[in-house]
Amino acid sequence: MPVEFAPRQHETEEITAHVIWMTTGLSCDGDSVGMTSATNPSLEDIITGAIPGMPKVIVHNPVLAFEQGDEFMQAWYDAEAGKLDPFVLILEGSLPNEKLSGDGYFAAMGDNRDTGQPITTTEWVDRLAPKAAAVVAVGTCATYGGIPAMRNNPTGAMGLWDHLGHNWKSKGGIPIVNIPGCPAQPDNITETLMYLCFALVGRAPVPELDDVGRPKWLFGRTAHESCNRAAFYEEGDFAKEYGSHKCLVKLGCKGPVVKCNVPLRGWVNGIGGCPNVGGICMACTMPGFPDAYMPFMDADPMGGISSTAARFTYGPILRWGRHLNIKRKYDKEPEWRHNRAELTTGYAKRW
Amino acid sequence: MATVETKGKIGVREMSWDPITRIVGSLGIHTEIDFDAQKVNKCYSTSMIFRGFDIFMKGIDPRDTHFLTSRICGICGDNHCTTSVLCQNMAYGIYPPKLGNCAYNLAELADYMFDHAIYNDCMCNVDFCEQMVKDTNPGLLAKAEKTASPHGDIHGYKTIADIMRALNPFTGEFYLETLHVARYTREMYCLFGGRHTHPSTIMPGGVSADITHQTCTDYYVRLMRYVDYAKRTVPMHDDIYDFFLQELPGYDDVGLRRTDLVCWGAFDDPDVLRYDYKDMTEWGRTRYVTPGIVLDGELITTDLVEINLAIRILLGSSYFDDWGNEETFVTQDPLGNPVDKRHPWNKVTLPKPQARDFNDKYSWVVSPRIYDKRTDSYVACDTGGGPFARQWVTAKAGLVDLPGVKATGSSIQMTLPKTGFMPEMDLEWKIPEKSNAIERDRARSYHQAFSAIVAVYHLEEALKEIRAGRTRSANNVKVPESAVSVGFHEAARGVLSHHMVIRDGKVANYQPYPPTPWNANPRDSYGTPGPYEDAVQNTPIFEENGPDDFKGVDIMRAVHSFDPCLPCGVHMYTGNGKVRKVMHTPTGLC
Repeated sequence: MPVEFAPRQHETEEITAHVIWMTTGLSCDGDSVGMTSATNPSLEDIITGAIPGMPKVIVHNPVLAFEQGDEFMQAWYDAEAGKLDPFVLILEGSLPNEKLSGDGYFAAMGDNRDTGQPITTTEWVDRLAPKAAAVVAVGTCATYGGIPAMRNNPTGAMGLWDHLGHNWKSKGGIPIVNIPGCPAQPDNITETLMYLCFALVGRAPVPELDDVGRPKWLFGRTAHESCNRAAFYEEGDFAKEYGSHKCLVKLGCKGPVVKCNVPLRGWVNGIGGCPNVGGICMACTMPGFPDAYMPFMDADPMGGISSTAARFTYGPILRWGRHLNIKRKYDKEPEWRHNRAELTTGYAKRW
Repeated sequence: MATVETKGKIGVREMSWDPITRIVGSLGIHTEIDFDAQKVNKCYSTSMIFRGFDIFMKGIDPRDTHFLTSRICGICGDNHCTTSVLCQNMAYGIYPPKLGNCAYNLAELADYMFDHAIYNDCMCNVDFCEQMVKDTNPGLLAKAEKTASPHGDIHGYKTIADIMRALNPFTGEFYLETLHVARYTREMYCLFGGRHTHPSTIMPGGVSADITHQTCTDYYVRLMRYVDYAKRTVPMHDDIYDFFLQELPGYDDVGLRRTDLVCWGAFDDPDVLRYDYKDMTEWGRTRYVTPGIVLDGELITTDLVEINLAIRILLGSSYFDDWGNEETFVTQDPLGNPVDKRHPWNKVTLPKPQARDFNDKYSWVVSPRIYDKRTDSYVACDTGGGPFARQWVTAKAGLVDLPGVKATGSSIQMTLPKTGFMPEMDLEWKIPEKSNAIERDRARSYHQAFSAIVAVYHLEEALKEIRAGRTRSANNVKVPESAVSVGFHEAARGVLSHHMVIRDGKVANYQPYPPTPWNANPRDSYGTPGPYEDAVQNTPIFEENGPDDFKGVDIMRAVHSFDPCLPCGVHMYTGNGKVRKVMHTPTGLC
């Protein structure tokens, strides 16, 4: 009998879970492309079962599929017919309001064999969501609408939960899991997917989500609370031009009011990110994105008040005190390190 | 694949593949194939998605345009961001410090290295892998087993079949290595651009990343790892593509079309530091990828002003109303040249969703064309998937000469520097006779080497700045009350332009034209088909399977060679030139 490194490991490894990944919302495919750069875990880690107890995961995503056409689409029809169980439905891209498109369409995938007309993405969602064990919206377009849903958009675009209902739950009792970000941070996608696979086989509880459907362990802190430049804010020391290594709030960074873990996690394999590497946070994980944060390069008015307070009160004093302390005390070596012919370390030599 | 018999004759079948996978975006192919003639005749290209960026961007602060337009595409998002930034720089009359300009280029070069790698060997070349060839051309696979790789000593795969096995998805050694390469090249992008594919630090006026010696070290280590990879990649691709051309005579007609190419040029010389329209002819020609238009195999111009004025946006089969009666934004360019009503500066987007009808309107993609004043005609040029047009124009123009890259007038000579385990290596890409699928794919492979060499040059330039203490990478910007501007750049898969009109300090009109509209467009108002439509209907069928287990791999190779990247569709139809009246045709053709 092989060793069990995780509870019910060999039982859960025998279960096959499918992922039906729809990229045909009003999307740019940026989440799928980003997913190929994930390293914690990587796509290969997921589909080869690199973690003990992972069910066999078969990902049906058009960006990397070997199969073409109907051979590829068969999984969609099988999922609808209840032949793939359990499966996770992932939507990328916002859903247009097809009530406005008349006989036409704004977003579609595949053709209806009876009418010859395209099948709208919205129709696919309506067909598949009731059969899915869990439904995931990946990227801010799919979660809350994002850029295609900004003011003056012609398609009436919305997020997945605006279409299905904010209180919608899967047949497995799991609310819609929102992984926002434009695009979603790659590891946030693959890690949540891995979590859900463990949840589907009874190895993990339903993921804990915040009020707007985001996994709490990923979106519990603000970008500012995670940012390596927050200390500059504390010291009231703000960047005045792009390219500086100081805090960017005066140049438009929205980090203090944005729930996001990118400054902690980086972008690819820990490298890159937004305010942590010099890019202003444009609030792309937020339901109010983008309209509430434009123009992106102007400072947030509330942030402006508090950063001004930091700048003209305790901030400069903190900075002055710390740097003085460093200079006087911590940038100095102890006096017992020298090349004179005497030992002054405090040790009483016995020879 | 769905097959429907449509004629009494056994050899003719209507077939559809929807969606085409291993591209970015959704693409469907509907076709009727004459198995006796082994040919496809007609093709209709249609897009499945409409979002309306140019509509909801009206009235916004121009400084928001790079943040928004990046989101047009999930794989060329950084290319859009960069193009928008170039467009803004022209409008604001500013340029970045030299280090900022190097950073623009180093980020975009990392993107090309990433994009061409993942697209070649995790997407496109799966069409050439053992698993595929076994399904479609078992006879050819048997030959491949017995054929030694001419460059096996360099890349390590003894036979052609060994190369094919290395390309098998998720099990092949080279496929898996490429997935890994596609990660560290994106780390390189993130060092300057913050994030890939929607960057956080690429800004008008420069790059807001905190660029230090460490940034360059981290980039250099990965770059040289990539140079090593490119030394094995190019000879391996040459071996497998040459094998197809040798073993399947006539394979050079797959994806064939007339050599009508567009390239807007890329990578501004960091010492030139100009983005103004009035000098665009001069600074355009100093780019490390030369801009140009090629009509029927002739390079007719390398002048960006002339190129700008030749662009026309036509309708015909798209779900939009004509804008002939709408306001004209720009009547003259900043040099006083007249600007056409069908030029992007004057385009107004008027969507009209409707049922798809292949005899009338069938796509959300409009039809960009080059106006040829010599013949008073509108030419459907393609981007050759990007590298093909870039290298064709650069080679022919003969302007580029920097350490490791020299354009000769008929070729580009490249030298890859020595790496830890391999000596210096010379490569030469020669302008091929034909514009076809294999040559588009081959050019993409050579462009991996080209991008790496140009990156070494720019990294050395960036290090010179840092070592001299010139570490500023961005200048502040101020939005003018009014301006007209254009950003010309190359997405990995071809031409990318952004045209902007500013009035009262806000965006009055913003028109982005990425490569896929150039390649994937439907028939225009003159009835001229778009490049996919054209290339696919010229494609002969070499697959060994009959209609019952037909995979359509030759059609896939033709379409994949263009590196499609937008949510768009290709629908093909043949009928010996006749339009059939069929009610309720299962694949939506009529």
